[in-house]
Amino acid sequence: MNWKNAFSTSIGKKLQMSLTGLFLILFLIVHCYINAQIFYNDGGVRFTEAAHFMGTNFVIRTIELGLFAFLILHVVQGLLLWAKNRARRGTRYAVSAGNQTSRWYSRSMALLGTLVLLFLILHLSKFWGPNRLSQTTGHGELDLFTMMRDEFQVTWIVIVYILGCIALGWHLLHGFYSAFQTLGLGTSKYKGLLKGIGVAFSIIVPIIFALMPISFYMGWIS
Amino acid sequence: MEHYTMNLTLKVWKQKNKNEKGRFETYPVKGISSEMSFLEMFDVLNEQLVAEGKEPIAFDHDCREGICGACSMYINGRAHGPWHNTTTCQLHMRQYKDGDTIVVEPWRANSFPVIKDLVVDRSSFDRIIQAGGYISVNTGNAVDANSLPIEKQKADESFAAAACIGCGACVAACPNASAMLFVSAKVSHLALLPQGDPERKTRAVNMVEQMDKEGFGSCTNIGACEAECPKGISLENIARLNREYIGSVFSGSSDKA
Ligand code: SF4
Ligand code: FES
Repeated sequence: MNWKNAFSTSIGKKLQMSLTGLFLILFLIVHCYINAQIFYNDGGVRFTEAAHFMGTNFVIRTIELGLFAFLILHVVQGLLLWAKNRARRGTRYAVSAGNQTSRWYSRSMALLGTLVLLFLILHLSKFWGPNRLSQTTGHGELDLFTMMRDEFQVTWIVIVYILGCIALGWHLLHGFYSAFQTLGLGTSKYKGLLKGIGVAFSIIVPIIFALMPISFYMGWIS
Repeated sequence: MEHYTMNLTLKVWKQKNKNEKGRFETYPVKGISSEMSFLEMFDVLNEQLVAEGKEPIAFDHDCREGICGACSMYINGRAHGPWHNTTTCQLHMRQYKDGDTIVVEPWRANSFPVIKDLVVDRSSFDRIIQAGGYISVNTGNAVDANSLPIEKQKADESFAAAACIGCGACVAACPNASAMLFVSAKVSHLALLPQGDPERKTRAVNMVEQMDKEGFGSCTNIGACEAECPKGISLENIARLNREYIGSVFSGSSDKA
């Protein structure tokens, strides 16, 4: 077994999903921390400072490229695995076990992931896209704080953001622990701890994200 | 619990052979005792069919005491029926009441093609074992059992993994039709013992490659296998298989055996 085909067997593909997933989780933590600066309610001063650093620092911008590569790998590999695995059953069961033997969100990772992806496309087209476009065309950075404040006055956008966060939460509820199980850490010693952290993470992080549009909409942040 | 008799309606998958398309047949069964096992209920039905000059339903069975793994039946959406840690032969009719309808299907996975009715071909499991589920032992006098010191905990874990009877319920229950729980049990019981050491670096990789070749789906950590395994094989074995796999990839000395 060499490096090249180590990642191409079924376990190899699982490792791809696990490692890219963990990287995306790391990204979520950073993104959440930066954006949570708005809760200082200082007219966006601290947030803008942090966003400026993230948007202009050379190292961060390089990691950003890697992030997109990993995201695409995670999405493509995930969908391919879903299609392949579905076909492995052949004839479907007339009666299936449903929730008696497993959790619905564990069985619905492709669906939840697709919902998160759709949300992400909308999200990127609202903030990241216009900002990078403005930067690369020499118009400088946009005022993301003001953009947030304006966007999050629109009811449907706020609702879509909340739904996106809910889908993310369910996706993480399976994905977080699953990533560690794939790395072989689902042992009696670590299982409980990792599952606990996973559940907490999957609830807390999406709630913090969802509170951002909600806070602007409700006028808690100005 | 009081002993009682019941009449049931059975919907059973009938399929002539590998190539024919199957279908469900409905059979009424009468006078089933609550003391019978599920397979004994099938015996009654088959005797009835033979008496009527019809073809009996083909199903796999051997030990009828929960140790061979032959009795594959997918009963009302559950591998081996609804009881925890139980094979079909150990499922008893007291689970059901008069008038119930029971749907019985074969294991469904491309890697377990139906041979006839409820009987599936599980030789893909044998080929996975042949790819690496063995150890090298020299012939000659049997070695004294106590000559190799083995930690109690490891011996216990190995023993628990060795309890796998190769029934295939994990594959049948997995939404991906993955064989990871089976393979992980077979890798684990050897990986935990010094006897398994010589082939350690190649075993996991070779067995996983064979598993893929047989066309099983890939594991997404759903856990339906663990919930349905009659021998209580734990997902911790899958974590161990993943570690063994990663270990042999990184160790460098992992040429094919
Ligand atoms: S792991 Fe459990 S369900 Fe799978 S083959 Fe072994 S005994 Fe059967
Ligand atoms: S017939 Fe042997 S386990 Fe059921």
